Amino acid sequence: MLPAGRHGLLVELPTGAAAEAFHAELLRRRGLGSLPAVREIVPGARTVLLDGIADGSPGAPERLARALGSWRIPPLPRDAGPAVEVPVVYDGPDLADVAALWGVGPGDVARIHSGIEFRVAFSGFAPGFGYLTGLPEHFQVPRRTTPRTRVPAGSLALAGPYTGVYPRASPGGWQLIGRTPDPECLWNQDRDPAALLTPGTRVRFMETPERHRAAGTRTGEAAP
Amino acid sequence: MTARLQVVRAGALTTVQDAGRAGYAHLGVPRAGALDAPARELANRLAGNPPDAAVLETTLTGCAVRPTEAVTAVVGGAPCRVTVDGRPAPWGAPVLVPAGAVLEAHRAQHGVRSYLAFGGGLCPEPVLGSRSADLLSGLGPAPLRDGDALPLGAPTGRTPVPGADTAPWPGIPGSLVLPVRPGPRHDWFTPAALRTLATAGYRVSPHSNRIGLRTEGPALERARHGELPSEGVVLGSVQVPPDGRPVIFLNDHPTTGGYPVIGVVPEQSLAAAAQAAPGTALRFTLPAPLSG
Repeated sequence: MLPAGRHGLLVELPTGAAAEAFHAELLRRRGLGSLPAVREIVPGARTVLLDGIADGSPGAPERLARALGSWRIPPLPRDAGPAVEVPVVYDGPDLADVAALWGVGPGDVARIHSGIEFRVAFSGFAPGFGYLTGLPEHFQVPRRTTPRTRVPAGSLALAGPYTGVYPRASPGGWQLIGRTPDPECLWNQDRDPAALLTPGTRVRFMETPERHRAAGTRTGEAAP
Repeated sequence: MTARLQVVRAGALTTVQDAGRAGYAHLGVPRAGALDAPARELANRLAGNPPDAAVLETTLTGCAVRPTEAVTAVVGGAPCRVTVDGRPAPWGAPVLVPAGAVLEAHRAQHGVRSYLAFGGGLCPEPVLGSRSADLLSGLGPAPLRDGDALPLGAPTGRTPVPGADTAPWPGIPGSLVLPVRPGPRHDWFTPAALRTLATAGYRVSPHSNRIGLRTEGPALERARHGELPSEGVVLGSVQVPPDGRPVIFLNDHPTTGGYPVIGVVPEQSLAAAAQAAPGTALRFTLPAPLSG
């Protein structure tokens, strides 16, 4: 447990999976009202940041740190959290490169990728950009040596252990294997939550013909 | 018809800011909000507004606006010459701007950011509960451009506070001293780097913006190399990118980051950071056991 300013704690976990389980437990306890007031709970790759802990109350972060040390964190059940399906056309400019790195034909990338259940580990980079875990280690690919100055909104991309979908156009160095025909579904500031891919959400990519413009749909329980 | 504010001269960078949007960091949404929060609050109080009403935040060169209806305005924050239709008007105190007259906040004489509060506040559509412009992610109203118009709220009916002498404005110091609490990643740096941070003279870089106060000075040496997996970062974090020059994260900072944070500057010191012009001398102070 590392201090992050006067009102913040950065909790370090041994693995990404442990961080996701710890994050889920924090949300569960907050839902039950058994967590002190915390302004932000921000999961990272192997950490969870708690910020704005009982604002203005002296010693609150230290008290919470002691309490967290005694928690028993159950492992994350495979089907925990809400699930969304994101329609994707697998036609990205790096599809052939990724297929070559995977040692499969270009047509197999869609079959493999859409067969994996992903999970949003954390967000960042841009509002609504989720870092999705679940890709088996032997499918991990490096970033492009030269980043693109403009990646179109809705691009489906891979880098290292992560998959992500760009909610809007931006520079980016990830390998682009496809796109969702409906990038607006990823971020809608009038919706609650505004992001489709919130931390803890299970995600499946559905291969879809070009002309099919279905919105991402959310099923299961309410978002965290 | 709703009163509006027409933008006559937008200046280098003028944005609408309120208290920002806390509580969405997990979605990748920065906090945003006025960088000099005490200045925003005082300007609002003097204008008869609640402290969190939306104001204009200028950057170095001020701005000029024309209300369609008479409005009480207060220009505070970085001291500057204030005029109404070219005639001198007080800085840091309520000014009645007649309908159609041009209120101008001129170039900052000290500091960087002046704040223009208007009776009733500015009322562009809120996004996730805030009217603040966020320059990192582009949420909220876009930075002002010449010819833009912004809706003004109905005055609250509260009496503006007369006279700046009843509410003294803090001065803008000639140099900047920022206390730093070590962590969370100070152990990624050598003991020499922590001594350097505590003793060396830095300057505020001209590349500073609402995302971060960038610095010029000696590089901080890493003890641990390799990549830090992305993790959440708090306001005031002193992040050290590969060039070794510390960056102090201000309100539009990214919510997660992959460079180590050597320490955190407390929030109440960030208003001074927001008013430090490029070239300002900067020193960090650390608690005694780490600075020795």
